[in-house]
Amino acid sequence: MNHLLALDPLLRGSVTWSVLAVVLIKVVVAFVILLVAVMLYIWAMRKVIADMQNRIGPNRAGPYGVLQTLADGIKLFFKEQSIPDSADCPVFRLAPYLSIMPAFLMFCVVPIGGTVSILGHTTYLQVVDLPIGALFILAMSGLGVYGVMLAGWSSGSKYPLLGSVRASAQLLSYEAAFGLAILGVLIQAGTLSTHEIFLQQHWTNAWSFVTHWFWLKTCIAFGIFLIAALAETNHPPFDLVEAEQELVGGFNTEYTGIRFAIFFLAEFMNVITMSAIAVTLFLGGPSGPSLGFLSANNVINVWFLPMIWFLVKVLALLFATVWVRASLPRIRYDRLMSFGWKWLIEIAILWVLVTATVQVANVENWNSFVAAAVSVVVAVAAYGVLYAAMPKSDELIEEIR
Amino acid sequence: MEAVVFFVCAAAVIAGALGVIVGRNPVHSALFLLLTLVSIAVLYLQQHAALVAAIQIVVYASAIVVLFLFVITLLGVDKREVHDDGHPLQRVAAIVVGVLALSGILVLVHGNRWVTGLHSTRGVLGNADDPGNVKTLATSLFTDFVWAFEITAVLLVIAVVGSVVLARRSGHRPQVESAEDESQDERMSV
Repeated sequence: MNHLLALDPLLRGSVTWSVLAVVLIKVVVAFVILLVAVMLYIWAMRKVIADMQNRIGPNRAGPYGVLQTLADGIKLFFKEQSIPDSADCPVFRLAPYLSIMPAFLMFCVVPIGGTVSILGHTTYLQVVDLPIGALFILAMSGLGVYGVMLAGWSSGSKYPLLGSVRASAQLLSYEAAFGLAILGVLIQAGTLSTHEIFLQQHWTNAWSFVTHWFWLKTCIAFGIFLIAALAETNHPPFDLVEAEQELVGGFNTEYTGIRFAIFFLAEFMNVITMSAIAVTLFLGGPSGPSLGFLSANNVINVWFLPMIWFLVKVLALLFATVWVRASLPRIRYDRLMSFGWKWLIEIAILWVLVTATVQVANVENWNSFVAAAVSVVVAVAAYGVLYAAMPKSDELIEEIR
Repeated sequence: MEAVVFFVCAAAVIAGALGVIVGRNPVHSALFLLLTLVSIAVLYLQQHAALVAAIQIVVYASAIVVLFLFVITLLGVDKREVHDDGHPLQRVAAIVVGVLALSGILVLVHGNRWVTGLHSTRGVLGNADDPGNVKTLATSLFTDFVWAFEITAVLLVIAVVGSVVLARRSGHRPQVESAEDESQDERMSV
């Protein structure tokens, strides 16, 4: 029965009122957490970027301007919503929701704490622990394309269409590298469940963050994941979707009022969700040292400390994304495509092969150092052959002429 | 509970399928197709086939329909289609054949099992040890059915290589025109 602990949303087996209440509480709390996190993240991002650029940033609404996002949200909520005459009305209305739903659903499989007991019902602190959690993440990030794509198409206007075509090409391209980077972890973990992956990175001694967490064992996959996640969330330097000086405002040019706010919300919700997923897969999730002088069943050790560790890690990654946003210029479109297709995907595939070889070597009791060395040499040679076969950029320009 | 999920999803599947055919706009049709595919994924989930449901969404909903939409919006075929049936009797004939095919299927399914295939040749999926049936499926795929698996992989690679070769060749075709021989020589010398 252990695996059914966080499968309650499917309401299988004996459904009692406490189960239903726990499910509802978890869903609502996760949604509220995400909304509040987006609000605070936007404020913090503006403050940090302002600091990095010697400005003050928002400082009027509330202490240190912390209510600025709320004020913006209320303003957008009460603004008039206009729909262009040439727009495709039902799709135009549908698109914002298609873009926010995957962002929230992806967060549902992220464990934000350990195993707790609510209303006499033992459950994990995550909305659902699907046995196919990692695939669910991939599926939802794939569905995220629809919002952007349909928003641009249904606006019936040129710049949004250009923005959305760029976006869908970019998202499809980086989806492959994203999936292969996750595969690097899955091969080592041997499971698709996010809760199992979290358990395998459990804190046992002071060096667990090196030996148990996956970031070092899958260092190249971790790097590829971070880059691909930035591209998947249209985060700078990959924000060609809304390159203002080329596309007016990108796919959401024609959107006003609350619909625009939903796109805005979805974009930042995606950044937060991706950081949470990176923490879950590579940085141990909620695992961290517990307070030894309290008993293992103490409410602080069970409830709060895992959440605090999770929060600290997510905040560190979110700060890094703000840092990237403030310091890197936007990448050129052809560079974006050739980087994705000629570097990231190949390296990710070769990394998966190397990981698989080392894993087989462990099972078969081969010398794992020899296996690793041989597979790395073969992988580098394979990439060399592939690189020699690729048309170089000046040859391509020549061909176009 | 299972019956409720089944009827809701079945209604969504049929509504989506009708929408694909009836929709005048290709993009709307593609979205109805998406509705059908996602509802079928929910049905798989209800049948404890979580992995199949996930693959249904990853492959069909988030790759294939996205490509459909990409082609539709990129090629600008999102105009209303011309509804000019080739033959005056075509619509009547299509309805008659459709009804015949449907009744044929219903009769066959009612009487026999061989239309839908055998029930679960590999045993029950979704047992307690393997809730996502990932291990069960992987074990059959990489042991008993590895030959079929590899052959399918080769088939896919051949298709990809073939399409790349065709795309590259058609890109060069305008240059092979005889009138442009000189300019082509010039181009090569540059």
